[in-house]
Amino acid sequence: MFEILLNEKLNPTVSRMVVQAPLVAAKAEPGQFIILRVDDEGERIPLTVAEYDREAGTVTIIYQLVGGTTIRLAQKAKGEYLADFAGPLGTPSHTAGLKKVAVVGGGVGCAIAYPVAKRLHEQGCTVHSIIGFRCKDLVILEREFDAVSDVVKKMSDDGTWSAKGLVTDALKQLIESGETYDEVIAIGPLIMMKFVCKLTAQFGIKTMVSMNPIMIDGTGMCGCCRLSVGGETKFACVDGPDFDGHLVDFDEAMQRCAMYREFEAHERERACNLFTKEVI
Amino acid sequence: MPNMRLDKNPMPAQDPLIRNGNFEEVTLGYPEAAAVDEAARCLGCKNKPCVQGCPVQIDIPAFIVAVRDGAFEAAYDVIAKASSLPAVCGRVCPQESQCEQYCVRGIKGEAVGIGRLERFVADWHMQHSEGSVAAPAQNGHRVAIVGSGPAGLACAGELARRGYAVTIFEALHVAGGVLMYGIPEFRLPKRIVQAEIDTLKKLGVIIETNVVIGKTLAIDELFAQGFEAVFVGSGAGLPSFMRIPGENLNGVYSANEFLTRINLMKAYREGAATPIKQVHKVAVVGGGNVAMDAARCAKRLGAEEVYVVYRRSEAELPARAEEVEHAKEEGIVFKTLNNPVAILGDDKNTTCGIRCQRMELGEPDESGRRRPIAIPDSEFTLDVDTVIMSIGTSPNPLIKSTTEGLEVTRRGGIVTDDAGKTTREGIYAGGDAVTGAATVILAMGAGKEAANSIDAYILGQ
Repeated sequence: MFEILLNEKLNPTVSRMVVQAPLVAAKAEPGQFIILRVDDEGERIPLTVAEYDREAGTVTIIYQLVGGTTIRLAQKAKGEYLADFAGPLGTPSHTAGLKKVAVVGGGVGCAIAYPVAKRLHEQGCTVHSIIGFRCKDLVILEREFDAVSDVVKKMSDDGTWSAKGLVTDALKQLIESGETYDEVIAIGPLIMMKFVCKLTAQFGIKTMVSMNPIMIDGTGMCGCCRLSVGGETKFACVDGPDFDGHLVDFDEAMQRCAMYREFEAHERERACNLFTKEVI
Repeated sequence: MPNMRLDKNPMPAQDPLIRNGNFEEVTLGYPEAAAVDEAARCLGCKNKPCVQGCPVQIDIPAFIVAVRDGAFEAAYDVIAKASSLPAVCGRVCPQESQCEQYCVRGIKGEAVGIGRLERFVADWHMQHSEGSVAAPAQNGHRVAIVGSGPAGLACAGELARRGYAVTIFEALHVAGGVLMYGIPEFRLPKRIVQAEIDTLKKLGVIIETNVVIGKTLAIDELFAQGFEAVFVGSGAGLPSFMRIPGENLNGVYSANEFLTRINLMKAYREGAATPIKQVHKVAVVGGGNVAMDAARCAKRLGAEEVYVVYRRSEAELPARAEEVEHAKEEGIVFKTLNNPVAILGDDKNTTCGIRCQRMELGEPDESGRRRPIAIPDSEFTLDVDTVIMSIGTSPNPLIKSTTEGLEVTRRGGIVTDDAGKTTREGIYAGGDAVTGAATVILAMGAGKEAANSIDAYILGQ
C-alpha cells in the first residue's frame, strides 16, 4: 500500500499526486514511468514520473482525467492509499552531453517534459522550452518551466493565454531565426509529436519523443505497448518510452491508442456517476 | 492384489458445450472411491520407474499406497516433502510424458493416473487440513528470490523448509507469475494457486510485490542488503511476433497480453476495470499449451469461431494431447499445415482477416520434426476479427542489463550449470529465464535443484 501525501487539481482536467514510494523515489530518473492500481479491483495504468524526492521518498505524478481509472485516482484523498505503485520503469531520457536543446511540451505532456528540461538545465545545457495548451484554463507548470529554461515560448490554441498558435509555429520561428539545437525533445499528444517531427525532419534536427501507449504489466511481458520504429517492432516499456521521433510510425500509434476508446468512455461515465452518487 | 483394470478411472469433467461458456474448472477431480480404486492399480514396483520421470522426484509409489489405504493426509505428506505446489502440479503437469510415461501399467493398457491422484490428494488436504504449518527452525541465512512463478515458489519452498529466511520479489501486484497471469482459471483455479502460496507464507516466506528487480532494485543491492544468495526465476519475457505485415493492427494480441487481460486482470468479468475486445472470429497462431489456453479463453469470451493456425501437422502440435482434445471438444477448429503470411486490416486499422498459405511436411529439421514447406499458390484468407500470436517469447533483458558478470546465451537465456549456478558467484537461476518457454514442472524442478545448490553454497562458506 502506498500513502497519498497530496492530491490536488492543477486545472479542470489535470491533477497532481504525491505518493510515498521510497524505493521508486530512490531510483527514478526523468523519462521513466510507474505502473499503479488505484485499488484491488483496479486496472494497471502507466504514468510518467513528474518529480521525485529521494530524501523524502516521494514520487509525484501528474495525470489527466481521461478514463475510469484516472477519475477514481482523482477522487482519492490525502492520507488514503494506492493499492500498487511499481517502478521506476522504462529507460531514462538520454540527456548526457547535450549542450542546447529545445524542449517541446503539449498539454499534460508538459508534466513529462518538465523533469527532462530540469535535468538538462541542471547539467548546464541551454534549454529553450516551448509549451502549449488548448486554452488558458489548462495551463500547468508555467512557473516551473520559467525556472529551468533560458527561453520559454508559451502558446495556446485559442489565444486565451500568451501567444495564439501551435507549438510547431513557435519552434519553426526559433529555428528560422537562426537558433540551432543538438536535439529537440517533444512530449505531448501523438498528433503534436508527429508534426514536431515533420518540422524538425525538414531541418535535419534529431528529435526524441516520449511514447505513452496502452500497457498492462509494463515490465516486458505482455507486448501490448508495441509500436513500429524504423520498420521494427519495439516495446515502449523496455525499449522506450523515448524513441527517435523521425522513425516512429505515429499513425499506427494513434490507431492503437484508440483501441478501447468506447470502453473508456463507458468507464468514464461509470466513474462519474459513482462520484455524483457519493457527493449527493 | 492390485486392481488389474486396464484403463484409468475416468476424470469427471464439465460437459464441453457447457464449459466453453464459463470459466469454471473443466475437470472436477476424483471422488474418494475413484481415487482409492485408481491407487489400487499401482503395482508398487520396487525400482519405482515413475519417479525418474518426475522433475521434483516425488516418491510416487509411497503416496499412492497411502491413497489406496485411505490415509490421504499421509499421502499429502509424502508429496509435500518433494513438491511445493502439489495442487498445481496435479493439474498442469504433462504427466503422460513424465511419471506416467514410465509406469509399468502403461505397457499393456493405461498408466496409473498419477497426476489425477496427486490432484486428489492435494485437494483433499486443502479441504480437510487445519492449514497449520509449523514454520521450521531458522538457520540464520537469507536468500532472495526474483519472481514468484513456479521456479521461484519451488526454490522458496525448498529453502524455507530448510530454515532459510526467504524473500521473494515480484514485479506484478500479485504473486504466482504465470500461474496467475498465464494459465486460465478453468485449468488452474486461482484460489488453488493462492492456497499454495499461503502455505509458503506460513513456512515464513516473505513476498514483496511491486518490486521489479533490475529496475526498483538491482541484484547487487540485494547482496548489499544482506542476502547471501539470489535465485533468478524471472520467467520468459517478451512475446515473439512473426514479422509479417499487420501484426500491430488493432485486434492482434500476443498470447501473453490476451491471457493477462483475462486471467490476471479478470477482463472477462462484467464490470472489470481492464478492457478486452469483444471477439467473434479468432485465429490463434501457434500450437503449444499457451495457444490452447488462448483459444479456449477466446471461446469462453463468446467467440463464435476459434481457429488454431499451426504450420506443421497435428502430430507435431507441442501442446499436451489432453489440452488438444479438450479444445476440440469445446469447438475449437484446428487449421494445421497452414502458415500465416499477413494479417489484414480495414480502413480503421482493425483486424479483418488473416492470410495463410498451406504447408506440407518435408525432411526432419534440427528439432527432429519434419520441416513445413509452403505449397506454391495456396494462399487463402480466413475472415477473423482477432488474431492471437502464440509463438513463444524471448527472455526479458532487465536483469541481464543491470547485473554485471551475468552471462546469457545468444538467445538471451541466463547461462547456468546443471545445478542452476550462473556465471556470477551467489547468483542462481532456473525456469523459463534460463530455458526459454517450458513447463511449470520443469521450472519447479529447476527451482528445487537451485535450492540444493544454494544450500550447499551457503553452508559451505
